[in-house]
Amino acid sequence: MADTGLPGRGEVLVHGISKAYTIGPKREQVLERCSLTLAAGELTVLIGPSGCGKSTLINILAGYEKADHGAMVIDGQPISGPSSDRLVVFQETALFPWMTAYQNVAYGPRVQRRRSRRNIDAEAMRLLDKVGLREFRDKYPSQLSGGMQRRAELARAMINEPRLMLLDEPFRGLDAMTRELMQEYFLRLYEDKRQTVLFVTSEIDEAIFLADTLMLMSNKPGHIMKSIPIALPRPREPQVLISAAYLRYKEEALEILHEEALKAFAGGSKAAADFVEAYEQRDIGQ
Amino acid sequence: MNFTKLRKAIFSRTVLRGAMSVAGLIVFWELGRRLQLPGLAAVPAPSEVYSVIADSITEAKFWDHWRASFTRVISGFIAAQIVGIPLGLMMAMSRLFHATTFPLLEIMRPIPPLAWVPASIMFWPTTETSIAFVIFLGAFFTVVINVIGSARNIDVRYLRAAQSLGSRPSDVFLRIILPAVLPGIFVGMAVGMGITWEVVVAAEMIAGKSGLGYLTWSSYVGGNYPQIIIGMISIGIAGYASSSLIRLLGRFTTPWQRTL
Repeated sequence: MADTGLPGRGEVLVHGISKAYTIGPKREQVLERCSLTLAAGELTVLIGPSGCGKSTLINILAGYEKADHGAMVIDGQPISGPSSDRLVVFQETALFPWMTAYQNVAYGPRVQRRRSRRNIDAEAMRLLDKVGLREFRDKYPSQLSGGMQRRAELARAMINEPRLMLLDEPFRGLDAMTRELMQEYFLRLYEDKRQTVLFVTSEIDEAIFLADTLMLMSNKPGHIMKSIPIALPRPREPQVLISAAYLRYKEEALEILHEEALKAFAGGSKAAADFVEAYEQRDIGQ
Repeated sequence: MNFTKLRKAIFSRTVLRGAMSVAGLIVFWELGRRLQLPGLAAVPAPSEVYSVIADSITEAKFWDHWRASFTRVISGFIAAQIVGIPLGLMMAMSRLFHATTFPLLEIMRPIPPLAWVPASIMFWPTTETSIAFVIFLGAFFTVVINVIGSARNIDVRYLRAAQSLGSRPSDVFLRIILPAVLPGIFVGMAVGMGITWEVVVAAEMIAGKSGLGYLTWSSYVGGNYPQIIIGMISIGIAGYASSSLIRLLGRFTTPWQRTL
């Protein structure tokens, strides 16, 4: 089932979301009238300066936190509270340590009790196979490598066919090689399932490689500055990373991010200083 | 396990070192008695103990003492788990319940189990039940505290993941909270088991008519000194056997904790 994707399912509209935190006497505006649309079945990647409220946006969409203002609608229904409709994959792995890889992947459909046992078993095995974990099905997470754990986690989320899948820098902390491998595995899963995905990252190459639409977020208080459709062919192969089209997208995105970093730099952000320096070094090199 | 593996395990360095330290103690003790070293001069030597072991352990009464202590320990211990584990879980999950019961628990907890003996004898109809109750108390507080601790330390990411994967509250409890606290429960059990043996022996010395504690104390009163040592060693072996059992049970029920 679901090999053909689920057309028209998982369209997300976010309109004018604001969120502020009170830290001690200070009130800090993290999101300010943030609006975006996630097209059904598309992979949208969100990139922006550190601390711009990306994770907050994810938490609000997941239903873990409430927005102060604004509205969110998924397939015409307003979003409120957590639901298996919207799944989150976290930065650090949250596989259940007491379940094997297979049990972790099969967990969602098991507790939702909508499919037959045989159906669940077949689908779990198919996904484990897709992420290269067939032989590790009976291992506990502590017996898997970091990369394997994340792959199992992706499969655990994907099997539920959520309307919206939220990924908050899922490959952060992995070394460069593993990270590239993970991106390819992830694309395999995505291109198989075609679920609506919102993927947060701070890596520009990862962003463009994965995205149907690339969204650039502003400094805090965060909102979407620009939305760039990425018209690279699918299924995507790592070769696109050296295509002219890819480099144009990267140039365009970096320019906007650089401008934003300059603003943050003027406002005294140290993280922005690193970005500005790296960007300028890169210009000299060309 | 095949024979060579077994042989290797028995004659491994670790086992050898352990055996050497036990042998060293026995030699030192024997010499201490023979050379009339202060203190050790009054203690029956290993050779004297050894000569009466055969007589003791062939007696049915000796094993009755074992059975009596074990029965008390196991019943008190199991009762402590049955009451303590659900109570700990409830205290960890309900703020209201925690607020009402925790202060009471904290007042009762510092009272040593043995201080309960007189009150317990007055309260319970038989000596046997009062001893069992004191044993129960010994294990109970450790169990409760460990369950609360591990339930509160459950990583919130697991709960969030479970929630967003569509778990019902019963799934969260059975498939997430319970396995997550299981290792903590076994830590509590291992510690509790140790306390239980301390308590049973002391309680038998005070109020018992049977058991390994009673055996040890009555041997002293009756002037049968080698039997004191036999009683002590018996208690040591019994305690070691019961905590090994808990460890084995723990390894069996929490296989994910084994490293590779």
